[in-house]
Amino acid sequence: MANDKEQKLVRVQSPNFLPEKELKNAPILEVSHLGIDFGGLTAVDDFNMVVGQTEICGLIGPNGAGKTTVFNMLTKVYQPSRGTIMLAGKDTHSMNTIQVNQAGIARTFQNIRLFDKLTVEDNVKIGLHNSINYGMFEGIFRLPGYWKEEKKSHEKALELLSLFDMQDLANDYAGSLPYGAQRRLEIVRALATNPKLLLLDEPAAGMNPSETQELMDNIRKIRDVFGIAVLLIEHDMNLVMGICEKIVVLNFGKIIAKGTPSEIQSNPEVIEAYLGKAATTPGKEA
Amino acid sequence: MKMISKKSLNGFINYGIIIVLFIIFQSLLSTKHLSSSLSGQLVPICAYVVMALSLNLVVGFSGELSLGHAGFMSIGAFAGVIASTALSGSVTSGGFRLLIAIIVGAIFAALAGVVIGIPVLRLRGDYLAIVTLAFGEIIKNVMNCMYIGVDSNGLHFSIQDANSMGMEPTGTIIVNGPMGALGIKKLSTFLAGTILILITLFIIQNLVNSRSGRAIAGIRDNRIAAEACGIQITKYKLMAFVVSAALAGSAGALYALNYSTVVPKKFDFNTSILVLVFVVLGGIGNLRGSIIAAIVLTVLPELLREFQDYRMLVYAIVLIVVMIVTNNEKASAFIKGIFNKKSKEVA
Ligand SMILES: Nc1ncnc2c1ncn2[C@@H]1O[C@H](COP(=O)(O)OP(=O)(O)O)[C@@H](O)[C@H]1O
Ligand SMILES: [Mg+2]
Repeated sequence: MANDKEQKLVRVQSPNFLPEKELKNAPILEVSHLGIDFGGLTAVDDFNMVVGQTEICGLIGPNGAGKTTVFNMLTKVYQPSRGTIMLAGKDTHSMNTIQVNQAGIARTFQNIRLFDKLTVEDNVKIGLHNSINYGMFEGIFRLPGYWKEEKKSHEKALELLSLFDMQDLANDYAGSLPYGAQRRLEIVRALATNPKLLLLDEPAAGMNPSETQELMDNIRKIRDVFGIAVLLIEHDMNLVMGICEKIVVLNFGKIIAKGTPSEIQSNPEVIEAYLGKAATTPGKEA
Repeated sequence: MKMISKKSLNGFINYGIIIVLFIIFQSLLSTKHLSSSLSGQLVPICAYVVMALSLNLVVGFSGELSLGHAGFMSIGAFAGVIASTALSGSVTSGGFRLLIAIIVGAIFAALAGVVIGIPVLRLRGDYLAIVTLAFGEIIKNVMNCMYIGVDSNGLHFSIQDANSMGMEPTGTIIVNGPMGALGIKKLSTFLAGTILILITLFIIQNLVNSRSGRAIAGIRDNRIAAEACGIQITKYKLMAFVVSAALAGSAGALYALNYSTVVPKKFDFNTSILVLVFVVLGGIGNLRGSIIAAIVLTVLPELLREFQDYRMLVYAIVLIVVMIVTNNEKASAFIKGIFNKKSKEVA
């Protein structure tokens, strides 16, 4: 009861509140006044952004600008110090990482985080975990539920892997894959959790130009096939300008520009932030 | 499908090894080719194999360090003995009483696993090692001052001495403080031990190759990624820990019902470390390695009895060879992992 009331209160106060019938056309993600402090350091401040239901958006900025920190707040790896995150019209304030994933955000990591000692197929099946429907005892005693659900998830995993033409790697260990394939597998695993919004943290890092080109096509394909939104962090400007419909530029934790690719490319502040940064600290990455 | 059959093939080889070993030792035993000391070791070896397999579920598959596995063995041992003695009047079949004792031992050990696991497995970091270490010592000390008896009114408990239990004069003392469990009726057999190993293998192998097992291994490989995939971390860590504790409890009951007396001191830190040595030498996450290490390292000291002077030398050489033959790469990675775990946790 008390919880119910609180929820309503938040909703009424929130400028992002929408009645249920309008949710269909509502943005999938609405972030307002988001901020986080680490001790005395304000890593991100007053971050505002809206992502449409099938939009591909870019988040760019120099190293250390706070891009990954935004992802970590969206997925509740960090609890934000300020602001609200509305996912499909729901405030994620009280959710943890797991609940945010179940509510529809999946992500990849800048420093790849695969289950190295498991096979490619098992990595994807862990992504499918919450859509596989049998428990521990059915698993141990190999009851009918086990066979039925394992067959289904095996097929689903191979289907998802075939998106990136990786079905032949299903039995390889994830840790033994080449770099580019590891990045692709992370995307497949994220997709397996059946998200509404996919967050990609530097998906093209370490890829060669032809792999990057393929990745661009695949990101578009994912959006079209699954009908989901994509928010990506990327340093490769060809990729960002090529596929993003909307771009947000972050510098020192603050948004310095928002707009279409052409607007961003001609924005003097953006050009300065990039050139200024590049001149002082070349490529330091966490 | 190829991978599934490869995994289950591996599992079937493990069942096969156990069955073949059983046939070999059983025929040696019945043709009196086994020394009396070695034939007395058969049931303890089975118990240690189950201990090593179950600890491997925590250390190898869940990636947690447990230093108090003997504590669960102890709980299973005493719970099993109490159940068996208390039922000696009503359940006449020895085999059935052993089965009940093993199940009771497993249940009590599992409950202890839940009690420890729920608070500790929520935390990040190697707290489980510290808490299980303390747990093993606490169980030993608690059992040292436990007096349990049975008479026509049922079970009696005391933590002072045997007399203060207030039993009828005809009652039997089952557990007598530091002197441990007395007058146990020997029920365990080599066959029962072998069946328990097969059941343990069945449970662990099938668990590992299921939805839950993938989640457990995924959490071990990368906790943050597992969370991002919507995996309930505490639930699956607890699942591995409690299943492991239950199996250790069943091993304890098997072990205790092989002797006429069992003292609490038997299940001390040294026993926990011995089982951990089986797991590390056999290869972290390698079930077959655990089986072989537990057998070899239990039998070896017996076999080397004749070579008194060179015993420790040969033992040391075997340790080194076992380490080289099995996945010592994983063992070293694991030891490194203990120290590096903290830095990996940062997003
Ligand atoms: N857990 C943390 N503790 C302290 N500072 C952090 C933490 N995470 C990120 N930061 C700081 O926040 C800033 C932004 O980092 P990050 O989001 O990784 O940048 P980007 O992804 O844009 O390169 C950096 O100055 C970084 O040092
Ligand atoms: Mg980053």
